[in-house]
Amino acid sequence: MYPASFEYFAPTTLGEAGEILERYGDEAKVLAGGQSLIPLMKLRFASPRALVDVNGIGELGELGEQDGGLRIGALVRHTECERSELLHGRFGALGDAAPQISDPIVRNRGTMGGSLAHADPQGDWGSVLMAVGAEVVARGPDGTRTIPVRELFQGPFTTSLEPNEILTEVRVPDPGARAGGTYLKLERRVGDFATVGVAVHVSFANGSVGRAGIALTGVGPTNLVAASAEEALAGATLDDEAIREAGRLAAEDAQPRDDHRGSAEYKRSVVRVFTERGLRKAAEGRSDG
Amino acid sequence: MAEAPAVLGGATTRPVTVTVNERPRSELVETRLLLVHFLRQTLGLTGTHIGCDTTSCGACTVLLDGVPVKSCTMFAVQADGHEVKTVEGLAGAEGLHPIQEAFREEHGLQCGFCTPGMMLTATALLERSPSPSEEEIRWALSGNVCRCTGYQNIVKAVASAAGKLAGR
Repeated sequence: MYPASFEYFAPTTLGEAGEILERYGDEAKVLAGGQSLIPLMKLRFASPRALVDVNGIGELGELGEQDGGLRIGALVRHTECERSELLHGRFGALGDAAPQISDPIVRNRGTMGGSLAHADPQGDWGSVLMAVGAEVVARGPDGTRTIPVRELFQGPFTTSLEPNEILTEVRVPDPGARAGGTYLKLERRVGDFATVGVAVHVSFANGSVGRAGIALTGVGPTNLVAASAEEALAGATLDDEAIREAGRLAAEDAQPRDDHRGSAEYKRSVVRVFTERGLRKAAEGRSDG
Repeated sequence: MAEAPAVLGGATTRPVTVTVNERPRSELVETRLLLVHFLRQTLGLTGTHIGCDTTSCGACTVLLDGVPVKSCTMFAVQADGHEVKTVEGLAGAEGLHPIQEAFREEHGLQCGFCTPGMMLTATALLERSPSPSEEEIRWALSGNVCRCTGYQNIVKAVASAAGKLAGR
């Protein structure tokens, strides 16, 4: 398969990239890892007039700690997340998700920022970053702004980013001293998209739940926050009863549809089971590190 | 054809220099040319196979700066200034690469279509992890699909190659 012809740019600074986006508007696409965009171009579902390859912009590739949280450059590859010592313990939801994304070869190229900007409702990072309460930094002609990941997705493959904005980094806030979480994914085989994915992240305060983040993959038009489950958990003791109730509520929050991966009823059931399992893991594995 | 300015003059063709199997190759390419077509058609290196053409099967796997990538899901212009290794670059003056010897000895293939991608992914694994467990081998190869073997002999071949490399 051959993509349609396009003008190619390989800027080395964000300023240059921004100028090109400004010039081409919504006729340009940003190329990061390309593991979603290039297949779409080959199928001619996307035929951008200009492609702005940001792989040469070094500052987008940094991963580090900041103010007790994490700062993850938009070009950080899934493989780096998989191997990073930082994405464990309190940030276990991220570390557990990384090796479940697609397959190892795709993970060598694919990026966290590209995955978010692509906004596939079956993308894994979206749910994980909603659960941990992350925000993204978008750089446009008038400077930068931050967008909570919970407000980023407006529909399937649609974000609140403007055509002249570049997603430059993801910021994961400090979850406090005691926190834990995980990401559970049901897939038919390695490399498939999620039939269902559930991201769970809990910050503990004085032995109870401080903040609980639960978000769902593959059961809605975008990654979805399980809002009623989160509300029920806030301030609660994370015992069996609370965990079962949260599982029930998360299943209600899901908006699954029947498809070739399973029936809506089945997916709802998996959401319930995964939410319970995830919360049990968060309760056992809560980490001070 | 005028040469494309470095950044701001976007063009639909572009000169690239890619070091393929340690030999620099300079060509003028269409920006939409996929890396796999650059290797197979522009350079005539047909050892890199096109299987699914949809980023799923791993038959087109090559090493980009030592890292396995699917060459059907990358543009040739993105490889400009980088090093690519294909199956043709595995054997050296002293004969077959240990991974190739091991695939032959352990019968790690039947039809052979997936084999170049398997071997390149495996060499990158052994570079990073010289004595991998069976689970590690299976995990590393999980992006490379084989329709013939059931993977048993492929896994044996990678373990055997690890032994050969350690003995060198």
